[in-house]
Order: sequence, then structure tokens, then C-alpha cells
Amino acid sequence: MADENAILEVFRYQPDQKSEPTFQRYEVPFHEEWVVLDALNYIKDHLDGTLSYRWSCRMGICGSCGMMVNGDPKLTCSVFLRDYHPQVMRVEPLRGFPVIRDLVIDLDDFMNKMTEVKAWMIPKEERSIEQGEYLQSPAQLARYRQYSTCINCTLCYAACPVYGRHTEFVGPAAIALAQRYNMDSRDGGYEERAETLFDEHGVWMCTFVGDCSRVCPKNVDPAAAIQQAKVSATKDFYRSLVPWGKRRTET
Amino acid sequence: MSQVQSHDSESSARGDHAARLYHQPWPSDWWLRRASFTLFMIREITAVFVGGYAIFLLVLLFLPAGAFQAAVQGPVSAFMHVIVLVMALYHTVTWLNLTPKVLVVWRGEERVNPILLTAAHYVGWIVLSLVIVGLVVFLAGGGA
Ligand code: SF4
Ligand code: FES
Repeated sequence: MADENAILEVFRYQPDQKSEPTFQRYEVPFHEEWVVLDALNYIKDHLDGTLSYRWSCRMGICGSCGMMVNGDPKLTCSVFLRDYHPQVMRVEPLRGFPVIRDLVIDLDDFMNKMTEVKAWMIPKEERSIEQGEYLQSPAQLARYRQYSTCINCTLCYAACPVYGRHTEFVGPAAIALAQRYNMDSRDGGYEERAETLFDEHGVWMCTFVGDCSRVCPKNVDPAAAIQQAKVSATKDFYRSLVPWGKRRTET
Repeated sequence: MSQVQSHDSESSARGDHAARLYHQPWPSDWWLRRASFTLFMIREITAVFVGGYAIFLLVLLFLPAGAFQAAVQGPVSAFMHVIVLVMALYHTVTWLNLTPKVLVVWRGEERVNPILLTAAHYVGWIVLSLVIVGLVVFLAGGGA
């Protein structure tokens, strides 16, 4: 039984009522074991059913509950009220994205970018079922494993000042995932991805602020992925200068 | 006909959706809002000093002896050199610390410890600097 309250200031945007956003203050019971998402669920269930936000798994897996908590991008199912209390918690939609309603952001741009970089496996060679599975050694798996743990939460986009000011930038997670496939020994899509990855809105827009890697809840380290993609592009450039150069980076 | 209608209503729904979106402004003082952002900005600015000093050195090469002496001696030059040294050190240290993000070395399934890579770069930097200092001292002594 909670005998004190935690205070949340929540960003509200209801385009059917007001064209400008406001902040609404809520008091919820303070429980040591409550995460910020529990407080939002309490508001929704007991105080104000009109509050809109996304969530699903409640365990840092689905990547849908990302919001700004006191100015920092967080998975709200993974940060506790006790991390902030008795400070007031200001909960806002992830920065850099257009807001559909309250804490719900529009992810179309991010989804399009994932399509543009072809963030999926493009097999190097087609194999029939009779030919068996695509084999990979533990050493080959180790090369890209870190980048494969991305949950598409977009916290890294909310942290990135380049994306914040130039949304045409492909951005951290899409590049990290493209790099994940480029480094996969079974994949042959490097050339197809290169067009988007290395054009003027690709890796070269990154100025290596590095905040994407700080906020990533899965330690994907997208900043490292971007710099390594730059190295691949540079090697390709020098290879293209010599007649015997092969324009495919080794992984 | 029905296809045309559904396409029309879909695009008007999209237009409606886009019109109702709220675009969050990105603060122009973003780089003051977090210490790591400010340090990043300082790192970027140090590049101006490093680049500027490289140009200064190139210009020195083409100066006549008298002008050369004037450019490298005196309190103004000493002050400028101290500032450039601090900037170059900050620039070098921050980039050397970031090296393991760019350079990943694998030994089978194991990644070579990033600290080792950074340490190797520091050793290389110190050795090279000592060689250059030694060379300058040697040449300044008349090469004897
Ligand atoms: S790279 Fe990290 S922060 Fe970015 S979307 Fe993937 S899991 Fe989220
Ligand atoms: S609710 Fe799924 S990651 Fe938070």
C-alpha cells in the first residue's frame, strides 16, 4: 500500500481538441517496484482514460514503449519511478518524431528507412531445401551478433541531434541493421544497400556525437556500426581506384 | 470505379493524418543541454585549431627568414602555441578514445579487447611524438 504519491507531467496532444500540445499533471501512488509505464497504466485505468501511448510486452522486448523521461529517451517499462521520485517526472513523446496523439509518435519515416536500407537477409546464393540450411560458424555469427539485437525502439533516433535537425538522415538503427546484414556471411546484399547507406543522407551525415549508443537499451552500439560502415565505404573507394580492386567489403 | 474511390479516400485520409501531426521543435541550444553534447561540440571546434595550425605551418615554409623568426617568437606566438597545443591534445585524446568503435579486430570468435587497441594507439602516439621532438632537438643543435 503506497502512502506517498509520485508526480508525472505528461505531454498531451489531442488534435481534435487543440492544435497545440499541453502538459497535464497526474499524481499516482508511489511503489518501489513500479516502472514509469505502470504509472501511465494507472493513469489510463483510474484517472484519465483519454491518455494515449504505446506499449505491449512490458519487458524491454517489443520496443514500443519508448518515451522521453525528463528529457532522456527511455523504455518506460524499464525505468523505475524510484529512479526519479521525489523529482517530478516529465513524460514526453520521443523527440524528433511527429506526434499523432499524446505520447504516440508517427513511425512511418523510420519504417520507410528500414525498407530503403533493405534491413533483411538477401541471400548470397539461393539454396533449395534439398541443399540444406545456410551454415555459419560461431566466429561468423560473432561479427554481427551485437547489431542483431536491435528491437526497433527508436530511442537512438530521439537521441541523435543530426536526425533531430535533418530527418532525411537514414539514422542509427537503420544503419546498424543494414550493417548487421552486410556483415552476415550468408548475405549478398551489400551492393544493393550501398546506394542508400553511402549517399548524401547515409553514413556520412553522422558526426559521431555517440549519444545513440548511450541510450540504446540493448547495447547495439549503433554509433560503432555507422563508423564501421564508413570504413567499408572508404575501403571500397580506394579499391575502385585500382583495376584489380573488388568493390565488396570483407566482413 | 470502386478502386479509384478507395484510392482517393485513402490518400485523403493520409493527407488528413499528416495535417494533424504535431512536429516537435528541435531546440537550437541542444548542444548545451547535455555535457556529452557540449564536449562533442568542443571536439568539433578543436578541428578548426588543428587545421588552422597545419595551414600556419605550411605558410611558415614559404616565409623569408626574418618573417619566420617574427612569426614563431614573442609572447603572442607563445600564447597561440599553448592554445593550439591544448586544442590538439583534446582532439587527439578524444579521437584515440573513440578508435575501438571504428576499428574492430577479431581473433576467431573473440574480439580483441578495445582497451588494448586504444593503448596501442597511445603508445604509437607517444613514440612518434618523442621521435619528432628528438629530431627537432637534433636539428636545432645543428645536426651534430
Ligand atoms: S539501435 Fe538500440 S536504441 Fe536504436 S532502435 Fe535498436 S535497440 Fe533501439
Ligand atoms: S513495453 Fe515492450 S519494450 Fe517496453
